[in-house]
Amino acid sequence: MIRLARIALAALILAFAAPAAAQLQDENANDFTEKLEIGISTDEIAITSDFRGADLTIFGAVDGFDANLLVQGKYNIIVSLEGPKDNATVRKKERVFGIWVNTSSMTFELVPESYSLSSTRDIETIAPPGEMGNMGIGVDHMRLVPLGFVGDGSNLGEFRNAFRRIRETSGVYERDPGGVQFISSSLFKASVRLPANVPNGVHVVRAYLFRDGTFVAAKALPLRVVKTGVEQVITQTAHQQPLFYGLFAVLLAVITGWGASLLFRKE
Amino acid sequence: MTIYLPIAELSVNILIILGMGAAVGFLSGMFGVGGGFLITPLLIFYNIPPVVAVATGANQVVASSISGAITHFRRGTIDIKLGTVLLCGGLAGATLGVWLFSFLRRAGQLDLVISLLYVVLLGSVGSLMLWESVRAMRKAAKNQATPLRRPGQHNWVHGLPLKMRFKKSKIYLSVIPVAALGFCIGILTSVMGVGGGFIMVPAMIYLLRIPTNVVVGTSLFQIIFVSAYTVIVQASTNYTVDIVLAFVLMIAGVIGAQYGVRVGQKLRGEQLRALLALLVLAVGIRLAVELVIPPKDIYSVVSAGFGF
Repeated sequence: MIRLARIALAALILAFAAPAAAQLQDENANDFTEKLEIGISTDEIAITSDFRGADLTIFGAVDGFDANLLVQGKYNIIVSLEGPKDNATVRKKERVFGIWVNTSSMTFELVPESYSLSSTRDIETIAPPGEMGNMGIGVDHMRLVPLGFVGDGSNLGEFRNAFRRIRETSGVYERDPGGVQFISSSLFKASVRLPANVPNGVHVVRAYLFRDGTFVAAKALPLRVVKTGVEQVITQTAHQQPLFYGLFAVLLAVITGWGASLLFRKE
Repeated sequence: MTIYLPIAELSVNILIILGMGAAVGFLSGMFGVGGGFLITPLLIFYNIPPVVAVATGANQVVASSISGAITHFRRGTIDIKLGTVLLCGGLAGATLGVWLFSFLRRAGQLDLVISLLYVVLLGSVGSLMLWESVRAMRKAAKNQATPLRRPGQHNWVHGLPLKMRFKKSKIYLSVIPVAALGFCIGILTSVMGVGGGFIMVPAMIYLLRIPTNVVVGTSLFQIIFVSAYTVIVQASTNYTVDIVLAFVLMIAGVIGAQYGVRVGQKLRGEQLRALLALLVLAVGIRLAVELVIPPKDIYSVVSAGFGF
């Protein structure tokens, strides 16, 4: 019973610790004079039948900057485009009786389905890794919390690495350490990319301002990625009237098959 | 030229999909098979999530089987009574199959089971067919008749109870093996996205000794209904039937099939069977190799929405 209480207490502390840390950051941010503003030309991306991915340009401005520091290149900006979050399972294959079988797996809780990162330079040189880790910026620092029982956790590292590697090689996680450029002293532009197999839902554009290795300010904007026209009607019907959808799919097949046999018989 | 697949949630090259559909349609017209056993692995090789590939493959099978079934219906070479018994087993099998499919998907073993099933079935059916057709070709070369049906012979199947008279097929047969065959094919339809004709036709000829002239039509009759049922059940439980993908495949498939039929008519039966056997074996070997060779990456990632 005591042990249970202890676990509950630990969970409570953990639960409170996270918002407290966030609050601390906000307070820090207030000490700086710099302010960050960003804007995108659209808050909605429509997926049409010929969708092949999209490049997004985000404009932003730093207000109240220190001209000296700016000249020295002490200001750095990181812009990320985060896709909707979902649980993701990493599976590992091993050879069993000569064939390759999935033998172990690990599920990470609510990780972004897509992630495109753009910065003024390599993010590892913008701030110490510890700070990036705290804020969860960058593929290497993204929070990957395993779901459920993971044993002694000795294989956590390999599954995390595999997850990052696969997401990066498949192109849904990207980074461009030169994608943010200052176009005037305080105006900057950042380009991020939506991959072709982009998940639908609410994506978030986040911009972070760093001064000489210290986090100063952040700003976030939502970006909705929606299917349009026929695509939307199809998805909606498939999920809301699945029986009707299934019947329609069969009907379409019957008409196509029948039509073909009629068409070619006349020839 | 790309097209967005709303259910698979990815963009694909429409020309590749059209080409795939036409090629499989051509082969299915040539050999008189549904082509599901080719289309599903091809879609998986092209990175379509296996869940979507299987369900959509079943939809394509409906379209490609319809025109064949219409022809057989007109010629009167469908034994509706026999087909209905097969169908009852098939619907039960498909129901179990969809349940099995969801279970394996959750357990992370769906891809392995799909591959293993393909390897075992395609391997054994392909080898048997090849052996049989080579023997027939040898006999044909020696000018001997090749009886596919040996009416006098009976096997254990004919000793089973619950016998029923199937007038059109002119046989008196127990419903147990017929329904059981339909049941097994039903499972395969929902787990593998195949019509199952490549197993059902030989089983009906060699095991149940049903006359060859009604076999193809009757199996098509069962395939249409079981595939259609699978499509509807997959659509309502897994939401994985991609109608856009299915439609592109169907259009290309039915056109390809018409040309395949013409080429098929120019070839002799045993040659055709030998070629089909080689094709079946090739797909089986391709999948077997994939299971045995070390994978490019021993890790794989699936998100909660899709995957296996």
